[in-house]
Amino acid sequence: MSASTSASVPTREVARRAFAAEFNDATYTFKESDDDRAPVYSLLPTGERANRVFVVGTLTETEDVGDDSEYWRGRIVDPTGTFFAYAGQYQPEATSVLRETETPAYVAVVGKPRSYETDEGDINVSLRPESITVVDEATRNRWVVETADRTLDRIEAFETADEYAAMAETQYDPDLSIYRDQVIAALEDLEDDAEVAAEA
Amino acid sequence: MTDLRQHADEIHEQFSDTLDVGVDEIHSRLETLVSEYRVPIDEARRSVVSTYLEEADMDREALAGGASQSASVADVDAPEEWLDLTVKVVDLWEPGADSIAQVGLLGDETGTIKFTKWAKSDLPSLEEGSVYRLENVVTDKYEGRFSVKLNSSTTIEAIDTDIEVGDDSTELEGALVDIQSGSGLIKRCPEEDCTRVLQNGRCSEHGDVEGEFDLRIKGVLDDGNGIHEVIFDQESTEELTGITLEEAQEMAMDALDTEVVVEEMRGLVLGQYYRVAGPTLGRYVLADEIERLDGPTETESVLIKARSI
Repeated sequence: MSASTSASVPTREVARRAFAAEFNDATYTFKESDDDRAPVYSLLPTGERANRVFVVGTLTETEDVGDDSEYWRGRIVDPTGTFFAYAGQYQPEATSVLRETETPAYVAVVGKPRSYETDEGDINVSLRPESITVVDEATRNRWVVETADRTLDRIEAFETADEYAAMAETQYDPDLSIYRDQVIAALEDLEDDAEVAAEA
Repeated sequence: MTDLRQHADEIHEQFSDTLDVGVDEIHSRLETLVSEYRVPIDEARRSVVSTYLEEADMDREALAGGASQSASVADVDAPEEWLDLTVKVVDLWEPGADSIAQVGLLGDETGTIKFTKWAKSDLPSLEEGSVYRLENVVTDKYEGRFSVKLNSSTTIEAIDTDIEVGDDSTELEGALVDIQSGSGLIKRCPEEDCTRVLQNGRCSEHGDVEGEFDLRIKGVLDDGNGIHEVIFDQESTEELTGITLEEAQEMAMDALDTEVVVEEMRGLVLGQYYRVAGPTLGRYVLADEIERLDGPTETESVLIKARSI
């Protein structure tokens, strides 16, 4: 793909890979221009902007929390924590998956980070799905390793302090060893599973 | 023989058919530029050739080479270079204009490249699947893609051998994160050589037509660092989804809506990891080969990386 052709096409936002624990810590959001339609980014504490994420985990619970119309909440669990996905009438396909999927099930979600302030003044980060699909365990495990790898890449690059690493430093002053330890725990968990499977 | 003398000889050779000019005269012109005016030899040669081109009222294109050199298809990285290629005719296409005698695809071990042969050049016919030594072809660039042109100075020699044509395909890996509009069960214009996708039963070129059903997916592969747009044609779409064109038509007929097909496909392929390979067409990679990716293979090495930080 040459630069000249891709420049004329509006660029699609990359779906970042982050574990739930880091995703839920990404409470700071920003825009890069004053345009109303400019994309909103969540700032990942390991130093990357995210307008879209791709997550795979176990859908453990779904509930219609809407008052007048359907508004579904899904809890999607990964080795580090829980993603909260919310889908309503403007996400009809995702809504129907949350309504109809029998839990527990492995699901893959492409979605946008959304943050809101609670009555107590805390910022909660949730996921607004563009798509939810039921996947198998192999896909889930592949995502865990891929997300571990991408997270480590961000941690390793943090020192070189690009724009978003510097922003994360200012906004969060993050303890990167926590995210590193979560990556290690997630991978060790997978290795243990593989050993159990091999012995069985 | 000095370098200058050699250049003079080559230029003399190029114009021997058209101009009555002696090697000595050419040599002295070159020498003036190089020795007196400190012009680099390449530039000096270009300048002298231009002078004679004007004198002979010729295009640079029509000039017999001498400066061309043997190259591989993958070496082509600039327009207006004169090259010699040893290539197999991979594909011949229907010429789109009377001025074109033949058009198609040439290939060698390093890849493939489009070629055009002009009708006015009056060259022998190339046959599909045969290997030729083509001397003095000129490169061209259009919309970011290179091609070669055969012209009246090109020599064509058939060679009794075969070439394993290299594929210049791109390989991509990632999660399929989106299926774009215009995917699923679509209708194409049935007019000859048209195949445009119909919008509400209309072809942008031929108006209202009775379309022909086809399957395709325009998807987005995302590896967390970047995205790539991929097209799956009918065969690839059937392989990817397990839904055949016939089944898709039945589904659409039962539902009285073609959209049910793409909705079904979304549920089957979104969020899955794939590796695809194929040629690049504009902003898309055409997925000729598809592999659904299974569980992780890098767990151990990523764990080592994590512990080393």
